[in-house]
Amino acid sequence: MAGIYLHIPFCKQKCHYCNFYTTGSLKYRDDFVKAIKLEIQSRKDYLGSNKITTIYFGGGTPSMLSVEELNEILETIYGVYDVEPNSEITLESNPDDIDFEYLADLKKHSPINRLSIGIQSFFDDDLKYLHRVHDSKRAKKCIENTLKVGFENLTIDLIYGIPTLTNDKWTENLKLFFDYNIPHLSSYSLTVEPKTALDVLIRKQRFANIDEKQSIKHFNTLIEQTDKNSYVNYEISNFAKKGFYSKHNSIYWLGGHYIGFGPSAHSYNGLSRQWNVMNMKKYCNSDSSNLIKEKEVLSESQMYNEYILTSLRTSWGCDLEHIYNVFGDGYSEHFHKTIIPFIESGKILKRGSVYTLTNAGKLFADGIASTLFFDI
Amino acid sequence: MADRLLEYTGTVSERDLQAQVLDDMDIERERGITIKSHAIQMDYVHNDEKFVLNLIDTPGHVDFSYEVSRSIAACEGALLIVDATQGIQAQTISNLYLAIENDLEIIPVLNKMDLDNAMPDEVKDQIVDLIGCDYEDIIEASGKTGYGVDVILDSIIHKVPYPKGDTNEPLQALIFDSVFNSFRGIIAYFRIFNGEIKKGDKVKFVNTEREYEANEIGVLRLDQESRDILRTGDVGYIISGIKTSKEVKVGDTITHLNNPCISAISGFEDVKPMVFAGIYPTDPDDYEELRASIEKLQLNDASLTYEPESSMALGFGFRCGFLGLLHMEIIQERLDREFNMNVITTMPNVSYNVVTNKNEIIEVHNPSGLPEHKYIDHIEEPYIKSQIITQSDFIGPIIKLCLDKRGELKNQVYLSTSRVELTVDMPLGEIVFDFYDKLKSISKGYASFDYHISGYKPAKLIKLDILLNGESVDALSTLIHFDNAYDFGKRICSKLKELIPRQQYDIAIQAAIGAKIIARETIKAVRKDVTAKCYGGDITRKRKLLEKQKKGKKRMRQVGNVEVPQQAFLVVLKLND
Ligand SMILES: Nc1nc2c(ncn2[C@@H]2O[C@H](COP(=O)(O)OP(=O)(O)O)[C@@H](O)[C@H]2O)c(=O)[nH]1
Ligand SMILES: C[S@@+](CC[C@H](N)C(=O)[O-])C[C@H]1O[C@@H](n2cnc3c(N)ncnc32)[C@H](O)[C@@H]1O
Ligand code: SF4
Ligand SMILES: [Mg+2]
Repeated sequence: MAGIYLHIPFCKQKCHYCNFYTTGSLKYRDDFVKAIKLEIQSRKDYLGSNKITTIYFGGGTPSMLSVEELNEILETIYGVYDVEPNSEITLESNPDDIDFEYLADLKKHSPINRLSIGIQSFFDDDLKYLHRVHDSKRAKKCIENTLKVGFENLTIDLIYGIPTLTNDKWTENLKLFFDYNIPHLSSYSLTVEPKTALDVLIRKQRFANIDEKQSIKHFNTLIEQTDKNSYVNYEISNFAKKGFYSKHNSIYWLGGHYIGFGPSAHSYNGLSRQWNVMNMKKYCNSDSSNLIKEKEVLSESQMYNEYILTSLRTSWGCDLEHIYNVFGDGYSEHFHKTIIPFIESGKILKRGSVYTLTNAGKLFADGIASTLFFDI
Repeated sequence: MADRLLEYTGTVSERDLQAQVLDDMDIERERGITIKSHAIQMDYVHNDEKFVLNLIDTPGHVDFSYEVSRSIAACEGALLIVDATQGIQAQTISNLYLAIENDLEIIPVLNKMDLDNAMPDEVKDQIVDLIGCDYEDIIEASGKTGYGVDVILDSIIHKVPYPKGDTNEPLQALIFDSVFNSFRGIIAYFRIFNGEIKKGDKVKFVNTEREYEANEIGVLRLDQESRDILRTGDVGYIISGIKTSKEVKVGDTITHLNNPCISAISGFEDVKPMVFAGIYPTDPDDYEELRASIEKLQLNDASLTYEPESSMALGFGFRCGFLGLLHMEIIQERLDREFNMNVITTMPNVSYNVVTNKNEIIEVHNPSGLPEHKYIDHIEEPYIKSQIITQSDFIGPIIKLCLDKRGELKNQVYLSTSRVELTVDMPLGEIVFDFYDKLKSISKGYASFDYHISGYKPAKLIKLDILLNGESVDALSTLIHFDNAYDFGKRICSKLKELIPRQQYDIAIQAAIGAKIIARETIKAVRKDVTAKCYGGDITRKRKLLEKQKKGKKRMRQVGNVEVPQQAFLVVLKLND
């Protein structure tokens, strides 16, 4: 069981908040498709004999590639890897790219069976604040088209905590999502990442800053409303109906193995993590000697820390038994000792050997994880 | 300039020559200043005659004037190097007076003559006014190009007298510095005034009355070079298996065990540190290690004093005495770099004399050492007499600054039409914090400052406490003049608000005089601490970030229920950041 991630870095314009590796130029489009196919072939041994169960086109904006280009890449993958028949194959997309034709073509001619659409909000002023390409009309239209074409396994992204997003508007965004009966939602609290346009605009006081209280309020509404509509909050920012959990992303959260292709893509094989160069030109001209930007071999405590960091965010939680079996009693004792105050303060719920965040605890996931970390 | 002298005399080969050859501490090179005096021997051939010259390069900053005074005691002459673009500085004058008091031959040198903005005529006038030499005696030179270095060396040979003293007399050598070497133990640097010393001699240190064998003696070239014998006038080092720093007292006299000199050389007055602060190990378990490190540092820096103390907030540590704030900063940095000791330094303060009802005088180095209010008759604080030399354009704002610092203008003399010397009496406690920086910015860098302690005067001092969530933090208490307390308390509270990270609970920061709260700030509790997005590419980054946070937390000190980071204890020094 392993996943494949493909980073398609093209974007029509850069959203103010985004710190992903993207490029606005299509100059290297053809070179890129060639290069990523080459990388797929040249790194075929990385995951050993693991079967592939998920493929994820992420970005950037993979929907800027044509269906043919996506298929070419998929064919290369199928040629090299052992891909399970019912694998989850996701495409991240932006509303402005996916018109009815594109969607129909995709549905008919490619094995892609899951679509993720970056809606962010159904209101124009929020989309402006975020500096998105699409508008609210387009957002609604593309969801309708997707449903019409018959993509059942659909997810959208919504961002909350945007200064222009009032509580009422946020409730309205959620209502639209429920009304479309979409089975999966990724919903992120707007984060001001360092060195992004948003960071600069806020510092220069040209843009309103994020109000923490408002973000918390939106988060609480989100938890409450999704629960009411029978979605499971299976990861802090992810909500799904039964059977629609993202299999690919679950690999990240459950410590599974994955290989990432494309500039800036990360790979993890249970022992080490490495990531590719973050530059289109360098990537296209790279060979096995200069593709990797950095590699880290994880120490035991780093593996433990990652287990804490990721598993705590999920509904499956941290399992003390797992810690004992994998890391030994030094770690399980440390865990036991450090988690107690959080149980007492109502941030952690204990069920047998499994510890999960309560709704109150979800707001403090980072601080809790860092306290639980093991340092040598 | 020292670099040029070493180069010209061939003491340092071109290959070894890097900027600031003698400044061997990283801090010195990085900051471009000299902190420690450095002794080095040079050979110079003049008219086919070989001369041995011993050079000691000294620091300029007033905090380190003690280094200068020790060096001066070991010398016959001094180069008075004046920057031709800046003119005479306040510290030039005080160092010059030290040299004159010690009967040194003064050779005036006008440096930086390579620069276009050099003002040779004007600055020569200043020098002539100051030391009464002839205009022509002032040597024009450049530490950059080497211009004038030959003239300087010739002048040293003609003017500086040979060392006096008699090689046949009993040994009398002055220890003017010492360093710690982890392989060889303590190495003392000395200057022989009378007699001679041979390798293997049995010697005695007069003051400490300890006896040793001279395992190795030698001269200080770029590296130490061992010798079998050193004679009157020589400057050298001795290694004699000394293990603990207490055994070597700078200023002590070395003599022979079986043929001792009759009197010790009058050494140096013990330097009296004037600024005190607590130094605590960041990790309380490192207390003993900190003690050992400070002990070693003290060996190399006799002006540092320390005594154990304890704090409710910080546990066990030391109350250290420094010559000034720069000195304090440097000690903290050297502990970190040379001994890998991460420390917390507390609020610095000057030393106060508390006069009790019974008319006893208690010297207080720490606000928490203050006797109870009812036993205090009054408190006296140290005063300085300071000299400020500046351009006349800046006098107005500078006088205002001094008056704000409770100063009293004593004298105002025009050194030339545009240069003024101000003499101001000020409480030392006022210049300890942000006086230099303010003086520098007001005068755009064109003011120099020098001072010496002039005595103690009664003052309206009160103890200002800082409370975190209602609990007084002893390491943050200060003694401060009543008139400044409100303003100061407010600034401290608001700076602490910046320095202490948000935590699980609201944190109240209060400044109080006795039971009276005079300022308050609140740090709001963290309400949300969660990453929104955590996918394959984010895991490493996020893990590292949280690991770093965890490390940062470990370096914090728990005061009541508040985690206080290291730098918050130095809040006073950050008020202007
Ligand atoms: N242009 C010029 N710069 C000089 C000269 N002498 C020293 N400097 C510079 O002045 C700074 C301080 O010099 P240094 O000898 O370390 O001064 P110290 O603080 O008295 O030890 C350094 O940056 C030197 O490069 C000179 O004659 N000409
Ligand atoms: C990096 S994008 C890639 C997919 C596609 N280009 C898009 O914009 O939807 C994936 C999602 O990450 C989320 N995201 C990226 N940066 C974020 C930030 N600083 N704050 C909140 N959400 C963010 C957005 O919701 C976005 O939909
Ligand atoms: S479209 Fe997606 S990847 Fe591109 S800049 Fe916007 S958020 Fe980032
Ligand atoms: Mg120097």
